[in-house]
Amino acid sequence: MSVLTPTTISDAAASLAAHPDAQILSGGTDFMVEVNFNHRKPSTVVALGGIEELRRWSNDGTSVFIGAGVTWQDIETGPISALLPALAEAARTVGSPQIRAAGTIGGNLGTCSPAGDGLPVLAALECNIHLVSPRGERIVPFADFMVGPKRNSRAADEIITGVTVPVPDGYQGYAKVGVRNAMVISIASACLVIHDNKVRVALGSVGPTIIRATGAEQWLDQMQAVPGRAVSPAVAAEFGRRVADEARPIDDHRSTADYRRHAISVITRRLLERSAQS
Amino acid sequence: MSNNEIYTLTVNGETREVRDAWVGESLLYVLRERLGLPGAKGACEQGECGSCTVVIDNRAVCSCLVLAASATGKEIATVEGLNPDGSLTDVQQAFIDEGAVQCGFCTPGLVVAVHGLLERNPHPDELEVKEALSGNICRCTGYGRIFAAVDKVIADRNGGAR
Repeated sequence: MSVLTPTTISDAAASLAAHPDAQILSGGTDFMVEVNFNHRKPSTVVALGGIEELRRWSNDGTSVFIGAGVTWQDIETGPISALLPALAEAARTVGSPQIRAAGTIGGNLGTCSPAGDGLPVLAALECNIHLVSPRGERIVPFADFMVGPKRNSRAADEIITGVTVPVPDGYQGYAKVGVRNAMVISIASACLVIHDNKVRVALGSVGPTIIRATGAEQWLDQMQAVPGRAVSPAVAAEFGRRVADEARPIDDHRSTADYRRHAISVITRRLLERSAQS
Repeated sequence: MSNNEIYTLTVNGETREVRDAWVGESLLYVLRERLGLPGAKGACEQGECGSCTVVIDNRAVCSCLVLAASATGKEIATVEGLNPDGSLTDVQQAFIDEGAVQCGFCTPGLVVAVHGLLERNPHPDELEVKEALSGNICRCTGYGRIFAAVDKVIADRNGGAR
């Protein structure tokens, strides 16, 4: 194994172009587990921890750019939390404080697990992912980025440099179900946001990718419920049922498909109700 | 950097050379097996138990999830470096006084995590203490005496008030 430690994005992109089979290392919270258990032994590792420019973030008033190397701890406790509260709430549920201090938003996108805690938020906020290679920069909407469980449309020579997240004009909420509060991988998770008087809802851990429940979103719009205003218990419950119909959960060692479907209906109903109370 | 290439780490303020190592080794392994610093403990090796907690550039992290060869140039602090003269810190003394140490395996990671918490937040409330220590697993104490030790440090540092 060899380890490359570039200090600029362009050097990292050149390293990846020279070693197309290289493993990218960011916070290490996924990859090092595989190394420790001898599941993976890549010939080349490109470690991004020394690239200062990946840890930058900025706010232009309508959207927030978050560098790929920004950690969950930064998102949970720093100024980003006031701009993107659902992302901060998701950050707070990532692993433990030690994991949040190391794990990055870019790593969440790179690993692209259906249970990635930040991904439903990035999907509901319709973020754009920035990818850089020696060929230039490419900007990909989240909907075109995640293509399967732990699969995304990043090319082998591309490095994820960050995400641009448009700040919605209404409510942002996040909820997650696991077997306990701390240090747990989600069984079901959801993000609900309101923008331009429309509700958007994205689901985690209940399908091969993050799922936008567009059918339930459109149904709510046709009901002419005013987003952010009180909804009747019957409308909220029907919304949750329709969301669950769009989920595609499986049975695995963490939960059953039936329970996941039930859980996603409950948390999306609650998020809709919370959006009316905020 | 490749296998058996010498690299240097900055640990507890000292520059240390790592020799004859496989370049895929975790920082936990390098600290314990290459540098003679066995304070950080290895248990789960997947970031779930917190017994290997060290501080890198002022952030408490699991050393098992750090690729040692990628940590060159960073400031690494282990439990051995808390008091350079080897005497006990107030957190360590409070753990002893309150009976927060049983088998002791989780203790170094918890001590590092408690120091990290109180540096960021000198007046944590009960929920903040529990959340800050949620990445450190103890299978002996049931945590009551650990929280009592943290309360004692907070009170002592603040002249008796929480």
